[in-house]
Amino acid sequence: MTLTDEPTTAEAPAKEVGNARLRKEDARLITGKTTWTDNMVLPGMLHMAFLRSPVAHATISHLDVSAAKDRPNVVAVFTGQDFKDEQGTIPCAWPVTPDMVNPGHPSIAVDTVNHVGEAVAIVVARTRTAAVDAVEAIDVDYENLPVVLDMEEAVKDGADLVHASTSSNTSYHFVFDAGEAGTGSDTEAAFRDAEVTVSRRFVQQRLIPAFMEPRSAVVGVQGDNFTLWSATQIPHILRVMGALTTGIPEHKLRVVAPDVGGGFGGKLQVCPEEILALLVARRLGKPVKWTETRSESLMTAHHGRDQIQYIDVAARKDGTVTGLRVRLLADMGAYLRLITPGVPALGAFMFPGIYKFPAYRFECDGVFTNKVPTDAYRGAGRPEATFAIERIMDELAVELDMDPMELRRKNWIGAEEFPFTTVAGLEYDSGDYEQATQAALELLGYDELRAEQKQRRESGDPVQLGIGISTFTEMCGLAPSRVLGSLSFGAGGWEQASIRMLPTGKVEVVTGSTPHGQGHETAWSQIVADELGVPFEDVEVLHGDTAISSRGLDTYGSRSLVVGGTAVVKAAEKVVAKARKIAAHLLEASEDDLEFSGGTFSVKGTPGAGLGIQEIALAIFAAHDYPEGIEPSIDAEAAFDPVNFSFPHGTHLCAMEVDTETGFVKIRKYASVDDIGTIVNPIIVEGQMHGGLAQGIAQALYEEAIYDADGNLTTGTFVDYLLPSAADLPTFHTGNTVHAATSNPLGAKGVGEAGCIASTPAVVNAALDAVRHLGVSDIRMPLTPERVWRAIHQGGDGGDRAAEGSNAYGGARTTESGIEEAAQ
Amino acid sequence: MTQINVRVDGASYSDDVEPRTLLVHYLREQLGKVGTVVGCDTSNCGACTVHLDGESVKSCTVLAVQADGSEVTTIEGIAEGGELHPMQKAFHEKHGLQCGYCTPGMIMASIDLLKNNPDPSESEIREGIEGNLCRCTGYVNIVRAVQQAAGEMSSTAGAQA
Repeated sequence: MTLTDEPTTAEAPAKEVGNARLRKEDARLITGKTTWTDNMVLPGMLHMAFLRSPVAHATISHLDVSAAKDRPNVVAVFTGQDFKDEQGTIPCAWPVTPDMVNPGHPSIAVDTVNHVGEAVAIVVARTRTAAVDAVEAIDVDYENLPVVLDMEEAVKDGADLVHASTSSNTSYHFVFDAGEAGTGSDTEAAFRDAEVTVSRRFVQQRLIPAFMEPRSAVVGVQGDNFTLWSATQIPHILRVMGALTTGIPEHKLRVVAPDVGGGFGGKLQVCPEEILALLVARRLGKPVKWTETRSESLMTAHHGRDQIQYIDVAARKDGTVTGLRVRLLADMGAYLRLITPGVPALGAFMFPGIYKFPAYRFECDGVFTNKVPTDAYRGAGRPEATFAIERIMDELAVELDMDPMELRRKNWIGAEEFPFTTVAGLEYDSGDYEQATQAALELLGYDELRAEQKQRRESGDPVQLGIGISTFTEMCGLAPSRVLGSLSFGAGGWEQASIRMLPTGKVEVVTGSTPHGQGHETAWSQIVADELGVPFEDVEVLHGDTAISSRGLDTYGSRSLVVGGTAVVKAAEKVVAKARKIAAHLLEASEDDLEFSGGTFSVKGTPGAGLGIQEIALAIFAAHDYPEGIEPSIDAEAAFDPVNFSFPHGTHLCAMEVDTETGFVKIRKYASVDDIGTIVNPIIVEGQMHGGLAQGIAQALYEEAIYDADGNLTTGTFVDYLLPSAADLPTFHTGNTVHAATSNPLGAKGVGEAGCIASTPAVVNAALDAVRHLGVSDIRMPLTPERVWRAIHQGGDGGDRAAEGSNAYGGARTTESGIEEAAQ
Repeated sequence: MTQINVRVDGASYSDDVEPRTLLVHYLREQLGKVGTVVGCDTSNCGACTVHLDGESVKSCTVLAVQADGSEVTTIEGIAEGGELHPMQKAFHEKHGLQCGYCTPGMIMASIDLLKNNPDPSESEIREGIEGNLCRCTGYVNIVRAVQQAAGEMSSTAGAQA
């Protein structure tokens, strides 16, 4: 069965780049011939199950695993005491300040637990069910410690501490001041001299990445060599960090990411369970598997967002912005994982957005709480920044009684001003905000909807209409290695590719950028087909196995095409250069006289005679006749380190109906026009936009990870954590403008995060636009009917998702003396 | 242990299972039918959807012993004679999948949807598959795929009639 019966048109583009190729990946995915980690079965494989803490903060006062060890089919039971000398700490690769406090992150708790769900014991058994059953037989007691949950309380003097080893709950205080950095003027002066200032406090609720494939790890043991199969976005980083953490020498550890079912940043992690699987396999000398349940995933895989944002904007009465000041409290959770502290710091550079602020100051406190750690989630720092700036631009427009688009237009960077260095020190390379905006307005049918809004308002329709705007940009293509170095990040941002020319003319492309649903195999094939002039079908893309792809930095930050794709281009250029020498030799011509087109070398001015690069692959495999002084190979590899980020931008418009009687909100129409640079595959681009929009809209309307007053995650299943279904989302109207990035030869800017970053403020702005005349100036996300109704009818921002004491809030709370019924 | 006899994707199996074994675990762990996957533990996500005697079920909500004497069809059994099922083809052609983890269940649920409603509207499709969650696509292309498959399957059925 093949998928070669693709619809082709008579006017198929000569170039593969830009062609709407259907995906190669689909063949196995639509037929169930997949290689998810949990499918893996090894001879003699044992299964791991965890006892996890049911309390948010406690000392472990008693732990007896003997009864569990006696259960049938149980091979071993381990506790933190068994691994305390070898488990090290989960690595944090981003110490954002020199004095950042990192209390360390044990993979399994030794003496204390710091969040609900933390691993306390591991049962290893012949079957998964035997392991889970035996967990029930473990005897454990906890001595509760004060639970720290609220960031604004946690940073006060004398607050209860998450970690007894630290002097406060503040991990770090990160500052970017444009005046001090020399990229802007004095922010305090800008506010002192301002004609108008607007200040707001916005809440970025806690979210859960909620990839569809639960995390899974399998460890195989071959003597002193270990192979870790894992549902990870980052096999290369996991190999390095796994080796450093466990002490397994790096060359004895192979990491494989087979088919991976989504990540969204949630699998950009060195997970405690991955480390523990390695430790258990090493201890027992046996292969082990761990696959999480969904509730385990929601409770223990890292979360995202969770910031309180205090933002001030200064402006003149004519609407010209003159200063921006941001102060964040960013919830780290109980520990620092791989890039936990860096997520808000990455956002620091994006708060000014597309606007020409002369002055800017950013401060962020990373705060410990007794919750699961936060870390990357689609956009990582940039959605938070975009939300804050796009929300407060609307608030400023209201304050000035200006049209919100006019205010934006007055302040955004003009198309003729690129390249433009922002107040945050970033150099935006290309774009045209006006063009994208005009296209989006037309796509939405803006004027008609404004007319309908007016009519509904005048008639006092119980269902009001609003239109929300988000004109955004983001920094993608992570990242220039030297810039990462200047930000104290623990690694570079280059990417690697190699191209292997097989004797039959087929081509293997090895990429260090590991996909988990994006479509790398198809897009990379298109790039190589163009570069080498070989058929799309002749290219195979290999990835995700450190034994095959030894060097790479994996997939996150909309970097794959921009950085990894460019590495493929560079490798292909080297293949052509090497083949050129052999072609010259075989064609008995000077290299300078050869031209390479459509996969064939020919002598200029001598049509007809030529030599295909796929023929050269065979010739150099035989190696009977090639020039002196060169190696018998046209294979090549390349590493690419970008010199700048890329800056996708776009205009997103949301028309929203708000039922003022029920608080129910419904997206009437959503239109977006994004400039992501050169488009390699329009089908994949559209799909990425759709998925990003769904997640950004879901933050605005549906999703929130809620802890009760004891630190229990009350949204621990898909019953409670509301992932939108098809019935909850509208059709999206998307389009593109194209201004090629200047930072890479493909001209690509990155598309993976755009929809997720841009859409959230457009949706909230739309709801507010519908009900602002009723006195509503803010509604907390997600915009549940309850919150919207309360904001309309009781004032304020709608408050917490459910009132304390209600069932949704937790219903009852645990006290020292037992269970206390919630006050009604 | 309880003995069950099941036909799965056209082959007969006779096995001893623990009474508590879920159908999805029986399929994956005893039969090696790993095309069907587990995505949650509360029957919300639908990733494990298969057909039990022609009806769509979430195989995490069915005990293996309940399938005794029944015919089970999984994602691995819907292509016939080397030809993709029109729904599989439509998901490919409309880019109705990205990571592909929800896809087996989404395809099986969509086939069942069209069996009950051969010509659904967009909102009927959206409501018909709301028991299946996808985190990648935003559903637009899944809806398009189901629409394409509906057109193709009804014209095929019409030609056969």
